[in-house]
Amino acid sequence: MNATTATPEAPAGSTRAVVRRPRLVRTAWLAVLLLVLIGLSWASVAIGTRGVTAGDVLAALGGASDTWQEAAVATRIPRTVLALLVGAALAVAGAALQGVTRNPLADPGILGINSGASLAVVTGIAWFGLSSSTAYAWVALAGAGVTAVAVYTIGSLGSGGPTPLKLALAGAATMAALTSLISAVVLPRADIADAVRSWQIGGVGGATFDRMLQVLPFFAVGFLICLACARGLNMLALGDEVAAGLGERVLLARSCAALGGVVLCGAATALAGPVAFVGLVVPHLCRLLVGPDHRWLLPYSALAGAALVTAADVLGRIVARPDEIDVGIVTALLGAPFFIAVVRRQKAAAL
Amino acid sequence: MTAKNMTATGQLVTRARRRRATRRRIAVGCLLAGVLVAAALSLMIGRTFYPPGDVLRVIAGETVPGASFTVGRLRLPRTVLGLVAGLAFGLAGVTFQTMLRNPLASPDIIGISYGASAAATFGIVVLSWGGAAVSALAIVAGLGVALLVYLLSYRGGVAGTRLILVGIGMAAMLQSATNYFLSKASQWDHHEAMRWITGSLNGATWEATLPVVAAVAVLAPVLLGHDRELTQLGLGDDTAAALGVRVERTRLVAIVAAVGLIAFATAAAGPIAFVAFLSGPIAARIVGPNGSPLLPAALVGALLVLVADLVGQYATDTRYPVGVVTGVLGAPYLVYLIVRTHRSGGSL
Repeated sequence: MNATTATPEAPAGSTRAVVRRPRLVRTAWLAVLLLVLIGLSWASVAIGTRGVTAGDVLAALGGASDTWQEAAVATRIPRTVLALLVGAALAVAGAALQGVTRNPLADPGILGINSGASLAVVTGIAWFGLSSSTAYAWVALAGAGVTAVAVYTIGSLGSGGPTPLKLALAGAATMAALTSLISAVVLPRADIADAVRSWQIGGVGGATFDRMLQVLPFFAVGFLICLACARGLNMLALGDEVAAGLGERVLLARSCAALGGVVLCGAATALAGPVAFVGLVVPHLCRLLVGPDHRWLLPYSALAGAALVTAADVLGRIVARPDEIDVGIVTALLGAPFFIAVVRRQKAAAL
Repeated sequence: MTAKNMTATGQLVTRARRRRATRRRIAVGCLLAGVLVAAALSLMIGRTFYPPGDVLRVIAGETVPGASFTVGRLRLPRTVLGLVAGLAFGLAGVTFQTMLRNPLASPDIIGISYGASAAATFGIVVLSWGGAAVSALAIVAGLGVALLVYLLSYRGGVAGTRLILVGIGMAAMLQSATNYFLSKASQWDHHEAMRWITGSLNGATWEATLPVVAAVAVLAPVLLGHDRELTQLGLGDDTAAALGVRVERTRLVAIVAAVGLIAFATAAAGPIAFVAFLSGPIAARIVGPNGSPLLPAALVGALLVLVADLVGQYATDTRYPVGVVTGVLGAPYLVYLIVRTHRSGGSL
């Protein structure tokens, strides 16, 4: 399947050149991504209200926090790790959902799945007094799952099945309703209003290693399920009938990939609140680099997603000094134009 | 067919038409009555109950001890705002849905009301403007967003699907902008913030309400006057042109009027969730396929806003802004509408 020649060849008779991406190119891009990621992580711990030197950064990474510079860096480390984790999770979830729904516009934020997870967490805090991150993760998972099923069902009703337009509309309407419900739950409870703010606008500010460790198993399970479904997702892209004809168990593949996506969304939202558009932008960009093979696309999306959210966080901190713009807002402001660009590129019939 | 058969058929058709017209008249009459009752209730009910007599005297301009302040200063602007905002949202929503031939293409979903509220929050928080300047900003923004969505979805013509999707993208971006501006506000009243996120009638004043009244008084007749052309446009551009409708001109007038209504209403009450979206479908279900849905939708919008505000204020201990109530109640109704449409073989 992978050509080892360096030059791509166009098969005879095709009107568009099919670019085969040789392994070399893919590995090269992987290295570039890793470098970018390391650079961004460094920037994330180094940049802040006051400048620090490289020596301070290295010392703080080693565990020291004697001087105030090292302490400042030390506070930014969990934030950076959270941004990396959440970015990777949302990007992979987006790629999985796009594969499952065959919808280039699928994104856990736009489809309302993150809002459903947020509502579940907020309700858990307000009515059941939940406080541990593990509890948040379970509840967020349930919320994400229910919302995913509901939006998909609503988008499938009527003639034509779940077209991208109907899914997007179902998602938009659901998100409006869920946002109102979140307000309805929070309004009477002035005592928790501050605590739940981070589940109304996504942000990585409230990160602690303790909370991240509690949710780490969820991330691990989600990633594993999605990676295991990579081959299935490749088959699904050919269409249900062809995939079934090739021996793929279509329903199982779709359910598994959707489950993996939902788990990752739930875990990410439980920690950082609703961050939108990462799952849309990253898979599209990665497809340009690596092609549509999910066995490469998913790991790439993880790395690129981590880079994107970290970059968004750094941007939010730089642009609005000394305040900061939450990651959820930055990704929306940057991601929405990208969404519109994708819509413009699609043929109207495909929507 | 013999002459006798033709007369019989003609009579059947006439009778059916008369029945449908009667049904429509009854439905519109009931809606109007509902709106008046809801308005009256919202003036009378509260921590203190004022009997209808007192309310009427305050409206007439007399000074009634106690009632003059509560009813005249607090409740009357609120009720009037709810009424006109509901009319505006309902009318604008059904206009968009009819013109774009898709019940899901409502101005709140394609980002126009969010554009107006983002501009309003920007004006209030960043520029520290107030009152009329904010309204003007919101209107300009609403028109700007509508134009932008149209231009961005133009690729050799505007496909309805592309327009809606571009609108959804814009809506997400504008909502984030609104959230950001609100978070920057140094002292934000929680209820004030709610106004710009989901829509609220709290703290309504006459200076905020009167522009909306003026807008509805001017723009609603424009839309209602183009009633027939708009419904004919809903049959398709070619059919409408064949029936003598000036397609582009009618569309332009309708869009500008609808966006104007939305922008004025949002500048005063915020983007009240789902009202523009649901008024058209609800009106269509009540009135049936008998004639234009414009006036019934306007009345349904007003009824929704007034009833939701009553529920939000008095149903529970907490005072919920009207947008939260419409948002919460809107979702299950949306599901219901979709299921019904699916069952009757239509499409959404």
